[in-house]
Amino acid sequence: MNCTKCKTKAVIDLPRHNAAFCKGCFNVFVHDQTAKAIKSQKMFGKDDRILVAVSGGKDSLALWDILLKLGYKADALYVNLGIGAYSEESHRKVTKFAETTAAAHGATLHVHTVQEEAGAGIKELAQLIHRPACSTCGTIKRYQFNRVALEHKYDVMATGHNLDDEAARLLGNVLRWQEEYLDKQAPSLPASLEGFAKKVKPLYRLSERELAAYSVLNRIDYIVEECPMAKGARTILYKEVLNRLETESPGTKQAFYWGFLDKQSKPEAAPTTMAERDQASLHPCSVCQQPTTAEVCSYCKMMARAKTHSASSCPPV
Amino acid sequence: MQIQLSHPTRSVEIKGPKKAKELLKELNLVVEAHLVIRGDELVTEDEMLYDKDQIEIRPVISGGSPHLTPHVSPFTSLE
Repeated sequence: MNCTKCKTKAVIDLPRHNAAFCKGCFNVFVHDQTAKAIKSQKMFGKDDRILVAVSGGKDSLALWDILLKLGYKADALYVNLGIGAYSEESHRKVTKFAETTAAAHGATLHVHTVQEEAGAGIKELAQLIHRPACSTCGTIKRYQFNRVALEHKYDVMATGHNLDDEAARLLGNVLRWQEEYLDKQAPSLPASLEGFAKKVKPLYRLSERELAAYSVLNRIDYIVEECPMAKGARTILYKEVLNRLETESPGTKQAFYWGFLDKQSKPEAAPTTMAERDQASLHPCSVCQQPTTAEVCSYCKMMARAKTHSASSCPPV
Repeated sequence: MQIQLSHPTRSVEIKGPKKAKELLKELNLVVEAHLVIRGDELVTEDEMLYDKDQIEIRPVISGGSPHLTPHVSPFTSLE
């Protein structure tokens, strides 16, 4: 398989774009998609100071890498959750990236260690307050990112949420009709009031597989192991279901999430009932009198065509 | 060929030659959720893999970081 753009040997195929790319052209594609997301959603400009939430995973480290390469002023915050060997490994990978790549761009890594402040890791804290670990983690991360963003006067907080994260979240909300959460699924959320920093998701146009490929191709050393606390998470089930659909029908995930964003961005039309819409568009078929939107209904057209075909294909007697 | 898998970490032996997508199918793995890496190079679905190759099949799904907007999952107890 060759690169769609330069015709050299491809290293990744992207069925949803009906394309394949070599490393160089794929990097251009990833950077272009991110730049398009930043511009179209008015996320930030070249003069803004950005705080990237990094976890040691592929998405957040790729985001930091991309923003620095695109010339943005991006520092990062890592929250060490105190999940034994998993946190030690992820902390090591974030530090390595900060020292070997980010420092050359003049970027700074902030670190918050849960154990130092709370006296316990996330697992023990969750047990103490009788809440699920993922929910406790979410509360701590949201709080600390907002605190650091405000204390260090960052203009915007950026997370590595990708197309799969957003599509899975949307699926979860739609399955339970949690409409009150849909407004918060936009990739750019303004600083709604004093004390809340602006939040953006510049990777929402890129899939999880594309970001993993970007990290592998650019030798970004990320933590491949799954967070031990996330095992059995419902989000993972939704992602697996969406990936099965995507494999059978490429483009499903982007059609689902981008379609949702498109609908959200348009002003809501005045609500009409099905009966009102039918009355406006339907009238009797000129042949059979059954309702149709056309002059002749599709049943009568089909039958007329069948009769014509049947007559023309009859053998002469 | 030697295949390295994750979640959990393990290795399996599969007879080559075989295309990357056939290998994923044989292991019952979804293309969209995995990368196929030969040595340290990424390969496309139609790449032919041979018995001498060292292959890693890397899963790409992660649990996802918590969203920075409060979001209570219906499956999460609030206590």
